Amino acid sequence: MAQTQLPSKPLTPPLILRPTRGIGSLNLRDLWTYRELIYFLIWRDIKVRYKQTLLGASWAVIQPVFQMVVYTLLFGNLAQLDAEGNPYPILNLTALLPWGLFQKALSDAGRSLVTNRNIITKVYFPRLVIPVSSVVAGLVDFIIGFGVLIGLILYYHNIPGNGYQFSLNLPGLLMLPLFILLALLTALSFSLWLSAMNVIYRDIAHVLPFITQMWFFITPIVYSSTVIPEKWRFIYALNPMVGVVDGFRWALLGKSAPEATIWISVIVTLLVLISGLYYFRRMERTFADTI
Amino acid sequence: MSELAIRVENLGKQYRIGLPQERYRTLRDTIAEAASAPIRAIRQLKERSQSDAPQAGTIWALRDVSFDVSRGQVLGIVGRNGAGKSTLLKILSRVTEPSEGFAEIRGRVGSLLEVGTGFHLELTGRENIYLNGAILGMKRTEIDRKYDEILEFSEVEQFIETPVKRYSSGMYLRLAFAVAAHLEPEILVVDEVLAVGDAEFQRKCLGKMSDVAREGRTVLFVSHNMSAILRLTDETIVLENGQLVYRAPTPEAVDYYMSAGFAQSGERIWRSDEVPVDAAPFCPLAIRVSDPQGRVVDTLRSTDPIEVEVEYKLDAPITGLRVGIYLLTMRGEFVFNSFDTDDPYQFEHFGVRQEGHYKSRCQIPANLLNEGRFILGMNASSFRIKRYFQDEHALAFNVDGTGAPGKHWLEPRLGPVRPALDWVIEKV
Repeated sequence: MAQTQLPSKPLTPPLILRPTRGIGSLNLRDLWTYRELIYFLIWRDIKVRYKQTLLGASWAVIQPVFQMVVYTLLFGNLAQLDAEGNPYPILNLTALLPWGLFQKALSDAGRSLVTNRNIITKVYFPRLVIPVSSVVAGLVDFIIGFGVLIGLILYYHNIPGNGYQFSLNLPGLLMLPLFILLALLTALSFSLWLSAMNVIYRDIAHVLPFITQMWFFITPIVYSSTVIPEKWRFIYALNPMVGVVDGFRWALLGKSAPEATIWISVIVTLLVLISGLYYFRRMERTFADTI
Repeated sequence: MSELAIRVENLGKQYRIGLPQERYRTLRDTIAEAASAPIRAIRQLKERSQSDAPQAGTIWALRDVSFDVSRGQVLGIVGRNGAGKSTLLKILSRVTEPSEGFAEIRGRVGSLLEVGTGFHLELTGRENIYLNGAILGMKRTEIDRKYDEILEFSEVEQFIETPVKRYSSGMYLRLAFAVAAHLEPEILVVDEVLAVGDAEFQRKCLGKMSDVAREGRTVLFVSHNMSAILRLTDETIVLENGQLVYRAPTPEAVDYYMSAGFAQSGERIWRSDEVPVDAAPFCPLAIRVSDPQGRVVDTLRSTDPIEVEVEYKLDAPITGLRVGIYLLTMRGEFVFNSFDTDDPYQFEHFGVRQEGHYKSRCQIPANLLNEGRFILGMNASSFRIKRYFQDEHALAFNVDGTGAPGKHWLEPRLGPVRPALDWVIEKV
């Protein structure tokens, strides 16, 4: 295109705004440029979450502990599910924490674009900032809950003569951040799809609780993944949260390391993530018009 | 010619519009549409071969707009509601993509389409300064550096640790504008943000805006306030129905804008496509001025009362509705503003206005207005609930001063009003 040469000082290259067609580039570098905004949005979500509540951040403890108590009564005591040498509450809470992180991240991020529509329609920033910060904001609750889990493990460890010995699994512990990352990426990958769809179809907001509820049962939370017959493990691992929970139990409870099927979990997450990124980028152009 | 900051070429934006209840698509709609898509595709093919008719259900909010802005220029953008001003700003600030054409922007853009974007009610004033600053694109260090200045400008120092939900609306706006005013982009895009707050605050904002303009930054400034446009900008473009119809030095452009489209001789009728979707259930039909003989005319006498009539339809009952008029001078200064339920008895009686076809009438008393040209605007709203419809420049009319008090001296009287006062001369 003929462009008059301007005697300009070297500036940022001119920005061209034009209709994009087809598959655009992911342009993830944008996300880095806007890292401070991500930081501030996470900070906002954390700040606001327990404002004007009586119990404040203790909710991050109460919720998983209460759930654990109920599941222990129901599944540990009544249904007598096999806890494989671990006290049932620990088996359960070890899974409830990463699950809680995932579930909160998925349901917050899935709705995030619509809840932030007032800024989307007024200011430019890479829209990816929104689901990404929603997903990460859940980490604080997770860390608080993790402290409780450690306390519970030590408590059981110190009860004399109950046969439970906490066995530190160093490689597992070192891998723990990777399992947390897998949980976050899984939540992000699905919420990229869901949040972008929610902009056009508000049905998603109604489907979300249903999805997480079903997902809860296909994840080994109230039970151990060893109850799944060997021949189904392959399909079972299509749920990336299976890998995450098994990883947590490996690291903290000294159970066997996740099987090779964890790679299936990783691949599923990456596929959903990459396709989600493209879908999101594609839909992002019309967010401000349709939201 | 100095270097360009913005170049816009054949820019267009098409919106899909539907009936109000279709605004949220549901999955069911899509499935139903997908099912009937083959049939529709065939039908469309047929239609397209027949004519180049516009697609049903879409409008061009902006079309074929081309202009450029050189570095350091302050450009005004005026136009009526729905002329495409906001769409243009949204495209230039990258909130939305154009449907055709392109815009080239050299420099960091800061856009101010609203004050207080992203303010969170639960957060304190201080926290919101940081949050809002980050959303508007400021770096954290930049906010740290300007924090004191922002605080001082906002005049809410003593409440800065209070959640903004406890703020009065004035305090909220002051804080919000204070953050926005300290943005320092190379190109600043500002929508009608000065239309809020009290007069004193508006003056302060205007002062800040003219400082920004003087600092040699490129500014695009949209406003309905002609005196603000005249004061801040050198050159102005006029948008009409999504197209750029005029570009000139500001005083000329303002003259053009204020007198354009006012040839309907004492009457303005709104076509249904001129009424924004969100006005529903209110539907304005017409506004007209007439003389004591009941003739709808363009020129009225200062010595006669002027009958103003607003005609509208309600498709559903509205609670607390008030329909009113603005009177403005040609320079866009308000003369007065009055509503049909200003009388408390009337307001009580029309607590809920049922659906139907209405006319709200009033009289501007004789011997009130000075000679000259005036603009009549209208507004329909429920106080603090919703503004259904507003057109600040609905109609223009002339006032002829023949026979007005003091007319035997052939000199113009100052000001927009020329009341006949009862003078008494006493010898003491």
